[in-house]
Amino acid sequence: MMGTAFVPVDATGGPRFAGLLSAGGWSLYGLAALVLFVVLPLSHLAVPADSPFHLSDYWVTLLGKIMCYAIVALAMDLIWGYTGILSLGHGLFFALGGYAMGMYLMRSIGRDGVYQSDLPDFVVVCDWKSYPWYWSFTDHFWYAALLVVLVPGTLAFLFGYFAFRSRIKGVYFSIITQALTYATMLLFFRNNTGFGGNNGFTDFKRILGFPITAPTTRMALFVITAAALLGFLLLGRWIVTSKLGRVLTAIRDAETRVMFSGYNPLYFKLFIWTLSAVICGIAGALYVPQVGIINPSEMSPANSIEIAIWTAVGGRGTLIGPVLGAAAVNLGKSWFTKAFPEYWLFVLGLLFILVTLFLPRGLAGLRLRLKRTP
Amino acid sequence: MKRFIAAMACACLAWIATSIAVCDAAALDPQTVHELAFGESDDKIKAIGALTERADPDALALLQALRDGEVQTAGENQVLLVRDHTATDLATGKAVTPVPENRDDIVINNRVRKELETAIAALKLSDPDRANRLAAARQLQGGADESALPAIERALAKESDPEIKELLSLTQASVQLASTDKATRLSAIRALAESNNPATKTLLLGILERRRATFAEPDAETRAEAEKSIRAVEGKLATGEMIGRVFSGISLGSILLLAALGLAITYGLMGVINMAHGELIMIGAYATYIVQNLFRLYAPGAFDAYLICAVPAAFAAAGLVGMALERGVIRFLYGRPLETLLATWGISLILMQTVRTVFGAQNVQVENPSWMSGGFTAVTGVVLPWSRIAIIAFAALVLLAMWLLLTRTRLGMFVRAVTQNRAMASCNGVPTGRVDTLAFGLGAGIAGLAGCALSQIGNVGPDLGQSYIVDSFMVVVLGGVGQLAGTVYAALGLGIVNKFLEAWSGAVLAKIAVLVFIIFFIQKRPQGLFALRGRVAET
Repeated sequence: MMGTAFVPVDATGGPRFAGLLSAGGWSLYGLAALVLFVVLPLSHLAVPADSPFHLSDYWVTLLGKIMCYAIVALAMDLIWGYTGILSLGHGLFFALGGYAMGMYLMRSIGRDGVYQSDLPDFVVVCDWKSYPWYWSFTDHFWYAALLVVLVPGTLAFLFGYFAFRSRIKGVYFSIITQALTYATMLLFFRNNTGFGGNNGFTDFKRILGFPITAPTTRMALFVITAAALLGFLLLGRWIVTSKLGRVLTAIRDAETRVMFSGYNPLYFKLFIWTLSAVICGIAGALYVPQVGIINPSEMSPANSIEIAIWTAVGGRGTLIGPVLGAAAVNLGKSWFTKAFPEYWLFVLGLLFILVTLFLPRGLAGLRLRLKRTP
Repeated sequence: MKRFIAAMACACLAWIATSIAVCDAAALDPQTVHELAFGESDDKIKAIGALTERADPDALALLQALRDGEVQTAGENQVLLVRDHTATDLATGKAVTPVPENRDDIVINNRVRKELETAIAALKLSDPDRANRLAAARQLQGGADESALPAIERALAKESDPEIKELLSLTQASVQLASTDKATRLSAIRALAESNNPATKTLLLGILERRRATFAEPDAETRAEAEKSIRAVEGKLATGEMIGRVFSGISLGSILLLAALGLAITYGLMGVINMAHGELIMIGAYATYIVQNLFRLYAPGAFDAYLICAVPAAFAAAGLVGMALERGVIRFLYGRPLETLLATWGISLILMQTVRTVFGAQNVQVENPSWMSGGFTAVTGVVLPWSRIAIIAFAALVLLAMWLLLTRTRLGMFVRAVTQNRAMASCNGVPTGRVDTLAFGLGAGIAGLAGCALSQIGNVGPDLGQSYIVDSFMVVVLGGVGQLAGTVYAALGLGIVNKFLEAWSGAVLAKIAVLVFIIFFIQKRPQGLFALRGRVAET
């Protein structure tokens, strides 16, 4: 349980209906949209490559990837920051969404694989004559898109139902979710599971008929990811400022009291947990075509726990904080792993320790603290 | 002078050889010897068979001499043993001087040679040296026929070594099974039912084999008898398999127990989620590695004893790191379990990377002391490795020590007091802060012991701890918080269940099944395992 009552930094107290965001918030939101939808695409596609204002392929991929992570951090904030349930298995839902999209991408490779077969290379390697049954219809984009939502959603619903019903909470829940993602990782590592084993899916050629490495396709994916991020940010705001959001916060702070007030926490928790998983799945589906690979290591417990640190660094219970946290940590990671590869884990480890010890409210809390003591 | 001694030595040798040959020859049947030397292949084989059945040392000496090309013929009738330039007539036992010039080698084709080797092996079964008997028995297993049977029977009656006995009786049965006499076959099949050797089953299955329309064994009664024997053997084999599986389950359970015992203290008693627990295990393993290297450098003679020094070293290394962690980080996070979880994860990353920087990312070699290699054969085909047995015993010892510490010492009493009621314990003068540090150090030290044990059976690398952390948390979570007994049951239970599922479905599916099982199990019994029910829920 969260020992101390945890007041979100932007809670102004009392019901608020001045829109989802404040006036300043909306203008920042508009600015972000402008940058993501207009400035960056233009600088990638329209500005010549030798200009200092050109956005290189590397940055497009990196920013697109970071936005996917930011969506995951946002989902994590809904379940951890607002409801007080720390999931160490969100990487699983992310990866499942990615795999569902990857199945479609694999099937649209066609005969361009290494073995020039109608079947993807890993199926050929396994010496199977056809796809396993769960691959049926995945050559249709819309069915795969449906799987992106349904697979993580169903798994989260079932797992959450059983876990929340028997009132598993706090660290127990965290550990069980970690075991869940660990076990699934082992399952996906097997070649016989039918998802490409160790190597996972890679070497994609096209999506919806468009070549996947073309700059315009990349930019389209980038813009869609940005739209998803901004959309989920608003959805999150809408949820946490609604009555539902207040019940969730109440569950976080005093679950027993919520029960005694006549609410059944089970369905509230189950709803936000499943929603969070679905958002993760969508983030994973957006991630795979941009990064070009999905393999079981995405499900490793270490990956999932890293999601928690993005959220913690940014500041739990603020929605925007985790988004910035994910961006900051991952930018730092890509810089460190290039400049000092052997020190990144020290930095990450220290980040875990220092943030929990000295910055319990993350970067967002730091901003507030600076404001209070001018 | 030198030459004189050499000549004397030669003469001596010649005399010895001659005297041996003389007594050889005296005991041998001239007719058999003649057959052996001048007969066709079939006659030779018959003669070899006759010699084997008689089974005296002279026969062995003769056959060996024949194999080594020392038996030669001269003229039409004379059979000579030619050794060291002296010849002995095998029929008369008299020395022949001078050695005849026109000697011929005895032709031994492959068929005869095979018979010869088998016969020698059969005769060697009465060798006083166990290794020779074992080698002979092994050789016989491949190619014995009925002529070797009397020798095998005699050897069986005298043999006391179980391994050789097992081999011999199997060989005997397989020879008898090939017999043309139905009664012999039947009795052999019945005798085989007593065996618990996996090879027996193969042997018996051979009887039931079908070649097109006809059975390998034409007689229906014999076949039925064979089926009965197979069932009996299978039953015994299943017992052996079961013993093996239960043992490996207990072995896995004892490893889980060692890994989880430390957690049972830090998590179960103190309520601290320590994600760096796996890395404390790793530190224990690396401490063992360092002690091993020190012994190799400075005391190679006492290498077998390094483990005795490694145990306290592993305990101390991990315990000190644990205490430093408690003082430096965890102390500030009491009462905030989720934050503790994240902070200790950070610690685990740092510890792993430190070890990687110091020792390299590759696995390091930790060698077993020699007394740990090999195993103990419980039933034929089931070998229990000494290293596993040692770890089971070690886990039991650690458990006992911990129980004594918690229930019989002052520190243990303090730990229990602080667990039950921190404020009240503090009022009574228990230095709660120090007790926390010591208890955490104890839990960490036990993790170090686990690492020392694991270094004996698995790879030692920077990622060692990661592979045990999920499992050991499962043990503590399943066993219930705050009690040692629960941890023990959970560890052994999970170990055995895991091994049985593994045999049935493979390792990965077994792990998933165990996880699903845990999730469903806590549906049935959440009290005392996960959450307290009802009004006490959040106190």
